[in-house]
Amino acid sequence: MALKPAIELRNITKTFGSIVANKDVSLTVDRGEILSILGENGSGKTTLMNMLAGIYFPDHGEIFINGEEVVIKSPKDSFAHGIGMIHQHFKLVDVFSAVENIVLGIEEKGRYNLKESAKAIKKICDAYGFEIDLNKKIYEMSVSEKQTVEIIKVLYRGADILILDEPTAVLTPHETSKLFNVMRNMKKDGKSIIIITHKLNEVLEISDKVSVLRKGVYIGTINTADADESILTEMMVGKKVDLNIERADIENKEDRLIIENISYNNREGVNILNHVNFTAKSGEILGIAGIAGSGQRELLESIAGLRHLSSGSILYNNAETGEKENLRDKTPLQIREMGIRLSFVPEDRLGMGLVANMDIIDNMTLRSYKKGKSVFVEKKAPTDLANEIIEELEVVTPSAKTPVRRLSGGNVQKVLVGREIKANPKVLMVAYPVRGLDINSSYMIYSLLNEQKEKGTSVIFVGEDLDVLIELCDRIVVISSGEISGIVDARNTTKEEIGVLMTKGRSADSNEK
Amino acid sequence: MVVAFIQRAVVQGIPLLFGSTGEILTEKSGNLNLGTAGVMYVGGICGVIGGFFYEQNAAHMNSFLAVLIPLLCSIIGSAIMGYIYALLTVTLKANQNVTGLALTTFGVGFGNFFGGSLIKLSGLDVPSITLSKTSLCFKTSLPFADKLGVVGDILFSYSFLAYVAIIIAVVVSLYFNKTRSGLKLRAVGENPATADAAGVNVERYKYVSIILGSIIAGFGGLYYVMDYACGVWSNDGFGDRGWLAIALVIFAIWRPNISIFGSILFGGLFIIHNYIPGLGMGTQELFKMAPYAVTIIVLVIISMLQKREFQPPASLGLSYFREER
Repeated sequence: MALKPAIELRNITKTFGSIVANKDVSLTVDRGEILSILGENGSGKTTLMNMLAGIYFPDHGEIFINGEEVVIKSPKDSFAHGIGMIHQHFKLVDVFSAVENIVLGIEEKGRYNLKESAKAIKKICDAYGFEIDLNKKIYEMSVSEKQTVEIIKVLYRGADILILDEPTAVLTPHETSKLFNVMRNMKKDGKSIIIITHKLNEVLEISDKVSVLRKGVYIGTINTADADESILTEMMVGKKVDLNIERADIENKEDRLIIENISYNNREGVNILNHVNFTAKSGEILGIAGIAGSGQRELLESIAGLRHLSSGSILYNNAETGEKENLRDKTPLQIREMGIRLSFVPEDRLGMGLVANMDIIDNMTLRSYKKGKSVFVEKKAPTDLANEIIEELEVVTPSAKTPVRRLSGGNVQKVLVGREIKANPKVLMVAYPVRGLDINSSYMIYSLLNEQKEKGTSVIFVGEDLDVLIELCDRIVVISSGEISGIVDARNTTKEEIGVLMTKGRSADSNEK
Repeated sequence: MVVAFIQRAVVQGIPLLFGSTGEILTEKSGNLNLGTAGVMYVGGICGVIGGFFYEQNAAHMNSFLAVLIPLLCSIIGSAIMGYIYALLTVTLKANQNVTGLALTTFGVGFGNFFGGSLIKLSGLDVPSITLSKTSLCFKTSLPFADKLGVVGDILFSYSFLAYVAIIIAVVVSLYFNKTRSGLKLRAVGENPATADAAGVNVERYKYVSIILGSIIAGFGGLYYVMDYACGVWSNDGFGDRGWLAIALVIFAIWRPNISIFGSILFGGLFIIHNYIPGLGMGTQELFKMAPYAVTIIVLVIISMLQKREFQPPASLGLSYFREER
């Protein structure tokens, strides 16, 4: 007898106000099967899965589990049907231990006894090959450990259907392969797994079937065996995207920013940057590659005037005056008053880059509020600027007066990058500008950076995707444990070469940190 | 002298213990109820209202009813205060600080209004109401206390509400750490989104802990009038004990069991100026600052320790919106 599918969605529709997040989505997952849900940012993948997890309730449509129609009104109902979702932002209580987090919300018979629970949890860990200290507090854990706790949590609840929302976004390649092994073990055990992702290589590696969403609309499902990158990309974006990033050669480069021997210790006294030297030139994109947390963030923030260095200097070669000015220990305001146009797109977009609760126009004024002589804030120019950015960069927003927190990740980034570029920078620093962005938005960001480069701006690009770094940048600085392990010519390098430099000077055990 | 000091310190501390235990229970759900001072006022005056009418109308006072009626009135009054706060902050997501401060102002005004009304009803010339008979019932202490000498004086000479305060503090402490429901409540205060995703009914936990917390805090007001003040209600007599209770929450780093000792310490610090001979008025006032100064010192110390377990519940003071992305 043919088994009923573990999950079947029929014509699911969900709207938020006037925004349609999901429209007539239908898909099925069988037992012992891994389904990828692929889609650009804001295509409604997470919203769809949240309806299975009981966070949202669909406006229309039916959900069937093992062939029976169900109504999922709350996370509790969702558990009752054996669904467990691992959210992108972990739902863990920081001051609780792993065990406490795992037993939270479970209605077990018998006395509340953490030690007994820990034993039962240990069994699950052994069965699937998880390695974790169950008594460790969450706030002491690494991202990968937290994710492990999340997965154990849903397994402990007896979930047969696991939903993972972009699980690899925060993992190193090594951790990703560990996760995939666990997923294969679970599949063998007859569990159904849905993985949300926009990394094509992972889709091809791990899943049996792929369902594609585009702008909330269900495009189709194909077997992974029949798919390749170009087919999937086409389904995802609706048109074939040119995978080649353009790169122009600029003549007459001059040294713009000269980083000399800088070192930085953080508040705990740990050395983060150690004698870093490099030069960023005008008319080039200088890539910075490295394992996450190798000091990239601190490096950019030091240049932007947000951190105090313990030694070294940051020299700005002013093309107009021909003088070299030291930016070390200057505040962002002082740097601006020196007439140096330095733009910075930080990785923390809504924390450091934009104010989430303010609308697009007010976020524009953050850069210009010092201008003008009146006591009132000049509103006309920022309004024009906001509208210009919305139009040019195709920002999807109801209006310029919408708080940026309501926008999706890609659109937030467009607003931020747009604002920084419109300041006509001489030096433009961007950190992970395409993180969490879909392919189309990513390419738009790349072309904006190229445009700046052609204008003679010195662009510093911190990235994580080596393919992008190699195709986009002119030179790549590789940073490892806060030290420069090499500077390579992007036109004549390989991923392997950079990979080796990234891990140089790092012992094997500190790699996990 | 020392025994008397300890006794007075305990009696001073018990209203604070009620207040802080109630506030801790509330704060563990992520709600900072700055209305505790008002809640304690209401808890006190409602007990007084109940006791007043019973004393006025009953021909023969039954000591059981004389305790039960004020107790129930106090519970109803504080529960309504808690419900108002919960409705505003949990359901309507109003700002917790503003709501709490408004509730304090309201509670104090409510207490003074009805206090004044009762004073008028009683037709006496003094600006206070005295419920000496009711107070006597409340103050019944353990019969064997007198026979145990100093030990009896220090440990067993108090009225039943004092022991209730300690029992509640211990029970609440055990509830937090030893029960499944306590784990859920702490999760709600730390990270409501997580608790919600884990299937915990966040609103219900908040409501229950706010209302129960208010009732417990209200007992502090009742104890103050019936025991400490010997049944005498005078307007504004309760003073700023409500704020002291909130300070005690910080001092006890959100642990009711620490609060038991903290309350006695605070009680002692609050009255120590009476026991040091030769203090001038000015110096006395300086000594009254002691509990607050100690709280600040504790705050500095726990900030320096940077231990996450000593920090307030992570979502304290924040409203929880489920549908927000």
